[in-house]
Amino acid sequence: MADIEPYLFLAPVAVYALGALLALVDRHAPGRSPHAAALAGSLIGLFVAVRALLAGTTQQVATFSIVPFASISFRLDPLSAFFLLVISLVAAAASLYAIGYLRAETGSVAGLSAAYNGFLAAMALVILADSVFAFLFAWEAMSLVSFFLVIHNHRQDEVRRAGFIYLVMTHASSAFLLGGFLVLFANAGSLDFAAIRSAAANLPPLSRDLAFLGALIAFGTKAGVIPLHVWLPRAHPAAPSHVSALMSGVMIKTAVYGLVRIGFDLAGPGPAWWGGLILALGVISAVLGVLYALMEHDLKRLLAYHSVENIGIILMGLGAALLLASFGQPAGAALALVACLFHVLNHAVFKALLFLGVGAVQHSTHTRDLEALGGLIRRMPWTAAAFLVGSAAISALPPLNGFVSEWITFQSLLLLGTSGSGPTVAIGAAGAAGLLALTGGLAAFCFVKAFGIAFLGLPRSAAADEAHEVGKPMLLGMGLLALLCFGLGLLPTFIVRLLAPVTNALTGAVAQPSLSLVPLTAPSRGGNLAPLSVLGLLIALGVLALLLGRLIGGPGRSRVSPPWVCGIELEPSMQYSATALAKPVRIIFRGLIRPYREIERQHKSGVAYFVSGVSYEAGVHPIYERYFYNPAVRMLLMLANQVRLLQTGSLRMYLSYMFATLVIVLLLTR
Amino acid sequence: MNLTLLLANLVLALAVAPLLNGVIKKSKAGWQNRCGPGVLQPWFDIWKYLGRESVVSEHASWLFRLAPYVYFGAHLAAAGMVPMVLVGSPLAGMGDVIVLVGLLALARFALALAALDTASNFGGMGTSRELAFASLVEPALFLALFSLAIPVGSTALGALVGDGGVTVARLLALGVFFIVAVAETGRIPVDNPDTHLELTMAHEGMLLEYSGRPLGLLLWGTHIKQLVILSLLAALFFPWGIASDPSAASLAVGMLTYLAKLGLLGLALALVETTNVKMRIFRVPDLLGAASLLGLLAITSIYVVGG
Repeated sequence: MADIEPYLFLAPVAVYALGALLALVDRHAPGRSPHAAALAGSLIGLFVAVRALLAGTTQQVATFSIVPFASISFRLDPLSAFFLLVISLVAAAASLYAIGYLRAETGSVAGLSAAYNGFLAAMALVILADSVFAFLFAWEAMSLVSFFLVIHNHRQDEVRRAGFIYLVMTHASSAFLLGGFLVLFANAGSLDFAAIRSAAANLPPLSRDLAFLGALIAFGTKAGVIPLHVWLPRAHPAAPSHVSALMSGVMIKTAVYGLVRIGFDLAGPGPAWWGGLILALGVISAVLGVLYALMEHDLKRLLAYHSVENIGIILMGLGAALLLASFGQPAGAALALVACLFHVLNHAVFKALLFLGVGAVQHSTHTRDLEALGGLIRRMPWTAAAFLVGSAAISALPPLNGFVSEWITFQSLLLLGTSGSGPTVAIGAAGAAGLLALTGGLAAFCFVKAFGIAFLGLPRSAAADEAHEVGKPMLLGMGLLALLCFGLGLLPTFIVRLLAPVTNALTGAVAQPSLSLVPLTAPSRGGNLAPLSVLGLLIALGVLALLLGRLIGGPGRSRVSPPWVCGIELEPSMQYSATALAKPVRIIFRGLIRPYREIERQHKSGVAYFVSGVSYEAGVHPIYERYFYNPAVRMLLMLANQVRLLQTGSLRMYLSYMFATLVIVLLLTR
Repeated sequence: MNLTLLLANLVLALAVAPLLNGVIKKSKAGWQNRCGPGVLQPWFDIWKYLGRESVVSEHASWLFRLAPYVYFGAHLAAAGMVPMVLVGSPLAGMGDVIVLVGLLALARFALALAALDTASNFGGMGTSRELAFASLVEPALFLALFSLAIPVGSTALGALVGDGGVTVARLLALGVFFIVAVAETGRIPVDNPDTHLELTMAHEGMLLEYSGRPLGLLLWGTHIKQLVILSLLAALFFPWGIASDPSAASLAVGMLTYLAKLGLLGLALALVETTNVKMRIFRVPDLLGAASLLGLLAITSIYVVGG
């Protein structure tokens, strides 16, 4: 067994590969067996990850030399192990869910299931890669497989367009990644991460910055950082829901992994402006992401914009960590890194839960349009409960998991403010904290909208009226994640302990936030939080309210009656709509989000007094499209026009190009 | 955590909160040359509602029935955490000021959902306005809190209680906090606690479908929230007389000064309500945005003026 031992951490990848194979071979149940394999793979991955994190420093290397100049090697260090944990947790729930979800799926289930397993394998390989060659290979595989998953419903125009934009953005960004790695290669003289890591200390500042910027553009695109996020709100909704859950919950986190790996490990330690830039990008993504989310009425697009928002919050933690590390404060950097990574895990859990919930809604009502939903809490009670837990978690409400990681983010921003590195940093940190608070408030608003309009009140369409609860495997997948939202929120000390080897390896310190299960005396620095006791207290005081009511008012009486709507019959269309609910925000932030509204009246026989119909359209004009993408696309088209001069279509011309190129190459390499 | 202290604290909060609202109403009536209801009237109201039958919309779900308990419980928990008479409040070990703000957000979230649950459109109207204001209050509140937290390096409630010293930063933060208090307690010029007119209401719109015992609990919860915010304001900016140890003498002094401070803050709120008119809804963001800028100025002043 001694020979296999170092390779064992690749077992989940092998099982995923097996699952992909099963999907193509098993013709009887193409939906079931591959997802069962994926479930097994993710459970193995979970075991491998937790074992590695508990053991602390284990680093296993597996090298395959296929081509002589580039070795393909993989390694499981604490950081990789943590991301493997994130992938495996979400994959387990999504696979379980998929078994039920795909029963009604039309189209090629076999291809979808194979790609699903391939996607999981590719993501695992990305975070396990230990050489440039392996990383880029896995990265491209992940992008391509996810492209095929996005265009699964390729008969719809919209889906094909989303897939195209995704493909363009992801490949344009890969070029920057390659550039960044080439700079590192030029310095280290080797494609192995180990060599790059040991050469990092002697990196000239310019190369260091170039490598960082290349990685930032590439990973920023994949993570969905504004303004590089344009593909995200299009591609994530286009994919089937269990895939959206994986893309939003996990795939964009591989980019965070890449940033941490480059910023702390391969090209680090960097100058302070790296952290400052990432913090600023995080703030912009968080605020704009949540504002665009509030303007959305397609549930999946709404969730996709919230991924942009949460990546922003994650980057705030990462930016603070990089800044504190560059100020020589490893303990603070460790805390901020915990904020970043804990939010990575939390966001993966609740975002996957929400996407699975929307998938269930769509499965049962065939629509994702908020304005056509309503009243689902009576028709789909379990889905509603799970979605409510996810909504509360993403809105950062205590004592759920989203609150805990945002709390740590606030603490690290406070640490940054008190780090004694000048007023600019302190004011910037406080400003970031203020905008994080704004983001939290708007996120809560957005999820009141999402949950309140979709699940409460009266159904706004016949489809919503006829909705029914989804099957057990789907509920099980959602239930698992809902429990995790509670578990991670109530027992955060466990995760902080799991993260200790990660921060120790990257920053040289272990974070010790005052998180506890039972109330402690408040520390003199920082803040304190005991989420389990908060929950206990809330329950106790809720019961106290019940008792007080009974004590003072005697046994309660209640009567059910129709709501008062000024004496007329209540119609579902009289309820507040999602558009109306978000209107104050649309007006307050109109300078930022540029809303538009077009009302067109059709007149009967051209007489202005008789209106025969009214068409109404409202939406937003994103500023980055106007000032960034539209000019860029125009320039690209102009360039393409110039290049066309070379493309005459004449075969002789092309042959002469080849000949000329050959002569030039021979001259140059003489 | 001392159980006796905790119980005493909860009883104090439960008893004083409606009374504080009565004082505000009475003094507001006084400023307006009216006689007004007695200071105990909020107590009588709550007592009455708790015994009344409740009417529930036929479209409402379990959320509508659960929300008042969450609302009441979260605010009472916050009341246990905020320093009132004693610097080290009995539940300070549960969490810091960020947790306290989180509890208020939890209560708001529960009530906002309950308001949408009845299928009546007034609930949606109230929710929409209240949440828009609340999201703008958050940055102002956090900037003010950070301007207090940066000098002491802590967000723990006990550490934030000032020494009564006056600095530029604290003065500016006090201004922010006062605007936040007006907005969070739903008072003129941001909201009007005394009206159910749909043109102006925000918070009251969310309560509109409630009746009987749940309404009583919600009113009580709203009073407790008001108490929490004013107590926080008092503890952070006017800490004079607050007890630093749980001995009988200092507790007595703490209690007397605490009640006096609450009364004065109530008078100030009533004065603001009397001398201002209700703003148009889309002027409120200007006020709250100005509060945020003031908060940023408070932090800047730490470095420019040196504390």
